Amino acid sequence: MPPWLLDVTGLQKSFLSPEGESTLIVDVPRFQLAEGEQVAVRGASGSGKTTFLNLIAGILQADKGTIVLAGQTMTALSEGDRDRVRAKTIGYVFQNFNLLQGYTAIENVMLGMLFGSGVDRTRAQQLLERVGLSHRINYRPSQLSIGQQQRVAVARALANRPKLVLADEPTGNLDQRHAGEALELIREACRENGAALLLVSHDPAVLALFDRSEDLADLNQAAAAHAAAPVHTENRTAL
Amino acid sequence: MNLMSLVRRSLRQHALSSFVTIVSVGLAAGLTMSVFAINAQTYDAFTGGKVGFDAVLGARGSQLQLVLNTVFHLETSPGNIPWSLYKEISEDSRVTLAIPYAVGDNYQGYRIVGTTQEMFTKFTYREGQGFVLEPGGRVFDESKKEAILGNYVAEKLGLTVGSAFTPYHGLQFSEREQHEDEYTVVAIMEPTNGPSDRVLWIPIEGIYRMSGHVLRGAGKPMRARPGEVIAEENLEVSAVMLKLRNPQAGFLLNGQINQQGKVATLAWPIARVMAELFDRIGWVSRILTMVAYLIVVVAAGSILASIYNTMNERRREFAILRALGARRSTVFSAIVLEASTITTIGALLGFLVYGGILAAAFVIVRAQTGVVLDAFRFDHALWMTPVGMILLGALAGLVPAFKAYRTDVASNLTPLS
Repeated sequence: MPPWLLDVTGLQKSFLSPEGESTLIVDVPRFQLAEGEQVAVRGASGSGKTTFLNLIAGILQADKGTIVLAGQTMTALSEGDRDRVRAKTIGYVFQNFNLLQGYTAIENVMLGMLFGSGVDRTRAQQLLERVGLSHRINYRPSQLSIGQQQRVAVARALANRPKLVLADEPTGNLDQRHAGEALELIREACRENGAALLLVSHDPAVLALFDRSEDLADLNQAAAAHAAAPVHTENRTAL
Repeated sequence: MNLMSLVRRSLRQHALSSFVTIVSVGLAAGLTMSVFAINAQTYDAFTGGKVGFDAVLGARGSQLQLVLNTVFHLETSPGNIPWSLYKEISEDSRVTLAIPYAVGDNYQGYRIVGTTQEMFTKFTYREGQGFVLEPGGRVFDESKKEAILGNYVAEKLGLTVGSAFTPYHGLQFSEREQHEDEYTVVAIMEPTNGPSDRVLWIPIEGIYRMSGHVLRGAGKPMRARPGEVIAEENLEVSAVMLKLRNPQAGFLLNGQINQQGKVATLAWPIARVMAELFDRIGWVSRILTMVAYLIVVVAAGSILASIYNTMNERRREFAILRALGARRSTVFSAIVLEASTITTIGALLGFLVYGGILAAAFVIVRAQTGVVLDAFRFDHALWMTPVGMILLGALAGLVPAFKAYRTDVASNLTPLS
């Protein structure tokens, strides 16, 4: 058995609907990811994939089950400790990149370091060079193309030398050509930095590029029931 | 990049509201410091006992009016007392110095006080410090129409040694009330930073012999003709400025003149008399203080409002920071730090406002009373106000900070529609 970087067991998360009903969104009996491994998870819209990633990142607290990440049981940690683990161990690439508009590209990357390994301008610059933005380091997100913003987000995710990069529909906002380039960049950058990659996408073309891909419908037992009866609570977490 | 960088960025992003808030805090801090400092300094100037005299003997009536009229050269004279009373008190063993004043004339609105040479040779307005004349000046000759000018009045009227002026009758300037006598300036006083700077000093004999003046000391009107010797019974003085041998002397004279006598009033001690004035007008000071406090509260409210109003647009920013690993306490601290930074900059600006207000007050108070305010004099308000405002600012920041603290990460990270 490889040394699991991420080991998820019996993970459950419910949300209350506006009517006060509890709806199970995530119910993953088991999910494992080895160090440096790259896994793609296919998830249709509303299948709970963002919630799944947020649970792993410690942004959300699980109702049941355990998440062991790099030897730390995330589900047993306080919120503050989960924040600390997330800052040091996880890089997150969001579908809409979530760059801070008032900050330049390099500042956005350094911001990623602020709560983790400590601000290192040289490394931030190197990361931006790596993603091909050495000539745009002082540009604000609004001055960058969508593809360039995506690359800043990738550089930021790798800023703290994370062991795990979570990517939520990272190519969702890109056209096919740029999506392919971006995906390749994420994968390469993760490999170079020794980070495992857990990517969720609804795009079969993306999944085809990975050696290991999973279907969230298989992983998440709540997804099937969820798909059969859509719940209003999805608005809350962009499932 | 650190927490302060986030604060700096936020202030820049919300530059207009930050600027307006900083200015309002600056005005509040400056105004508060000014109210306290001006209050304290005017109180000290008028009640601090640095006027040089221990008591004033004058006509029966209000002690306060007597002090205001003679020491601060404000208000009207309560009336005159006979020359004999001056002689009597000047020979009293409990009195070390008695200087007569005769008032009732002005030049261009500045008071003319008739007195004796002793004012410049024996009187000290503070420990060991008498009036000093500028180089080239000398004490007036008591038998001539000569004048010594306070520094402020000389500067304002542009008079120098050798200049001549013709007094006007009354304490208020009226062009129709000009006397015929012409006085020559023989000296300008060095600044004393006190009421004496606003006075034109002439020999008391000059008041008696001023054209149009009527002497009523003997009960019937008498006009002094040039060269005529004026019998003492005709003479009156507006007041006698006294230095006493000791406080006991003041106590005894107070009982003798104010409680047993019916002719005159002894204003003693001068500081107490003035303190009573401040007690009487204390409500003005209290209202000003309350207004200052109110402005501080409004400024704190504006900090709260300006930051709170940005909270909605910044929820996503906080969510992103949280997703990057920032703790709730970190975003909470960032907001409190932002509020504190606004108040700190505002408080620093407050010192400029304070300087401006003091500069304006300096001109007004000096022109009205001769008292000089010192912007650099230490006052506890000068540290308590900025520190208090910074604490209050931080406190005002708690409300938006708590909102930032409660920001839900997951829901605020969703794509914007």
